Amino acid sequence: MEKFTVLNGIVAPLDRSNVDTDAIIPKQFLKSIRRSGFGPNLFDAWRYLDQGEPGLDCSKRPLNPDFVLNFERYDGASILLARENFGCGSSREHAPWALLDYGFRAILAPSFADIFFNNCFKNGILPVVLDPKAINELFKQVEALPGYRLSIDLPRQQIKTPDGSLHSFEIDAFRKECLVNGLDDIALTLRHVEDIRSYEKRRLQETPWLFQ
Amino acid sequence: MSGRTLYDKLWKSHVVRAENDSMALLYIDRHLVHEVTSPQAFEGLRLAGRKPWRVAANLAVADHNVPTTDRALGVTDPVSRLQIDTLDENCLEFGITEFRMNDVRQGIVHVIGPEQGATLPGMTVVCGDSHTSTIGAFAALAFGIGTSEVEHVLATQCLLAKKSKSMRVTVNHRLPEGVTAKDIALAIIRLIGTAGGTGYAIEFAGEAIRSLSMEGRMTLCNMAIEAGARAGMVAVDQTTIDYIQGRPFAPKGALWESAVLNWRTLKSDDDAHFDYEVCLDASKIRPHVSWGTSPEMVVTIDDCVPDPERETDPVRREAFERALVYMGLKANQPINTIRVDKVFIGSCTNSRIEDLRAAAGVVQGHHVAESVKQALVVPGSGLVKRQAESEGLDQIFTKAGFEWREPGCSMCLAMNADRLEPGERCASTSNRNFEGRQGSGGRTHLVSPQMAAAAAIAGHFTDLGAF
Ligand code: SF4
Repeated sequence: MEKFTVLNGIVAPLDRSNVDTDAIIPKQFLKSIRRSGFGPNLFDAWRYLDQGEPGLDCSKRPLNPDFVLNFERYDGASILLARENFGCGSSREHAPWALLDYGFRAILAPSFADIFFNNCFKNGILPVVLDPKAINELFKQVEALPGYRLSIDLPRQQIKTPDGSLHSFEIDAFRKECLVNGLDDIALTLRHVEDIRSYEKRRLQETPWLFQ
Repeated sequence: MSGRTLYDKLWKSHVVRAENDSMALLYIDRHLVHEVTSPQAFEGLRLAGRKPWRVAANLAVADHNVPTTDRALGVTDPVSRLQIDTLDENCLEFGITEFRMNDVRQGIVHVIGPEQGATLPGMTVVCGDSHTSTIGAFAALAFGIGTSEVEHVLATQCLLAKKSKSMRVTVNHRLPEGVTAKDIALAIIRLIGTAGGTGYAIEFAGEAIRSLSMEGRMTLCNMAIEAGARAGMVAVDQTTIDYIQGRPFAPKGALWESAVLNWRTLKSDDDAHFDYEVCLDASKIRPHVSWGTSPEMVVTIDDCVPDPERETDPVRREAFERALVYMGLKANQPINTIRVDKVFIGSCTNSRIEDLRAAAGVVQGHHVAESVKQALVVPGSGLVKRQAESEGLDQIFTKAGFEWREPGCSMCLAMNADRLEPGERCASTSNRNFEGRQGSGGRTHLVSPQMAAAAAIAGHFTDLGAF
């Protein structure tokens, strides 16, 4: 997993609440057995005018000129500004894979759906919860200023806007450490093999029916 | 010190190691696996040279991609076939039990776990699928995970998890005739919103919940995720224990006795504290129909499509307007004037035997309306299908003009050939009405099995009073 320390990037605003994982990556693309290559189909139904199917060459498909990610000013965006309950719906990790493959490393929203939020951390994406007022303000600023960038400093837990003002944010200390150091969860857990074994031993005594 | 909630008990008994106040390494008792969210996890395992930590804790089934028509032909879509074959090969390679496509035990992952007795009270149960919350009906801590976590559970039998806050939804009194667990679920989501349960584990309690069958409790817990909660749960009572007894994976003999003793403790203490409490009166709940593109966009059958003009919050108003355009509906239109093109009875929400019985009860003696292009019944598992056939339900459905299919997810998410065409409108017993969920441009209305059956016959949504 790639480390996440300080990210300075272009911000793309997606002004809709309850953006679900079906919208982030429609189901027909979940048939892939790989982890990569989902970027071109991110927000597929909103981004293109035709119907997306796996295997189509997306560079030849008609773009929806009204969809925000197709605006030239947001080319190369790595920060997504979103509304409440972002990532609701299914558990598909294809959603963060698609966002990452497209180039997003951070998402700012007033709230996220739990499973999606969790999946982001497994893929080096930083989901930041800010209060609705701050998010509203950012939407206004982004729309007013082409080329709008934010600088997100994870170690300091701070976001700096172009006019120099700061927003601080909360993050679980453990998740932060994993992200900052790019730690692989499985390797971390396997440092505690002994704990797992002794837990199993005890539970086998107490609740043997669980181990049939 | 106040008492402990059911969730506290389930959490505490599975902590292998506390990382800090709220993060812990949790032990996972049962891991269910399906074909869509597992290939990358198995691949990761292989690349790292790892093996499943406890093979017997895993149970696999292909459900999302499987055809629901004649299976003698195999899977004709090559992309779907590759995903199903990949699951078969992975299970073979790692020695994981899998119910293959032509096994009578095959079905939707959340249906077959309980049906086999593979998901028991007091367990932690995970699956790379958000509707794993279904299993919470058994007083298990059950929740959906992503593919990285699937790999993590395979490799370590554990998960790093953050403890949720606790919410109790108490549903007092009894449901009126013709009103179901599905309507309770939709009423709750309407009340608290699709993000209302975010960060919470919900316990469902109260007389109405106690009087639900296990099937009904599963329907309700299934949709906890649509209320934003990763897990929903119901305390153990005699209904729970009766359901499990004699199932293939359930404990037997002396082990059964000690398990039951233990399970009877799986309820919240009387003086337990919940971070948030919600109350509903079941006797006032009416059959619900969703009108929009989020499960919170729902009204009752005797109501009208809402008018965005009356919405004061601008973000919500815009969402309402967008939903009306997508759904091809007009503000203030009575719900019972909305005509449907297709009807889908199935999905992990409503495809168990009780659901099929309820739908068949409405269908009996009637015929699907001329204007309805297709009406599907897709049982949740091969065993549900067999049971329904032994009761003659298949005959009732087919005589009325429904198609009787093989088990799988089917038109719930349209990963196989069962789908809506752009603009088609469907009365569906599934759980999500997102844009394109049942097929690109398709329009979904979430309803109970009875309401779906009634819509099939009338050709539009209608109050069950007519049946
Ligand atoms: S039936 Fe629908 S919601 Fe349930 S597991 Fe299948 S696709 Fe998911």
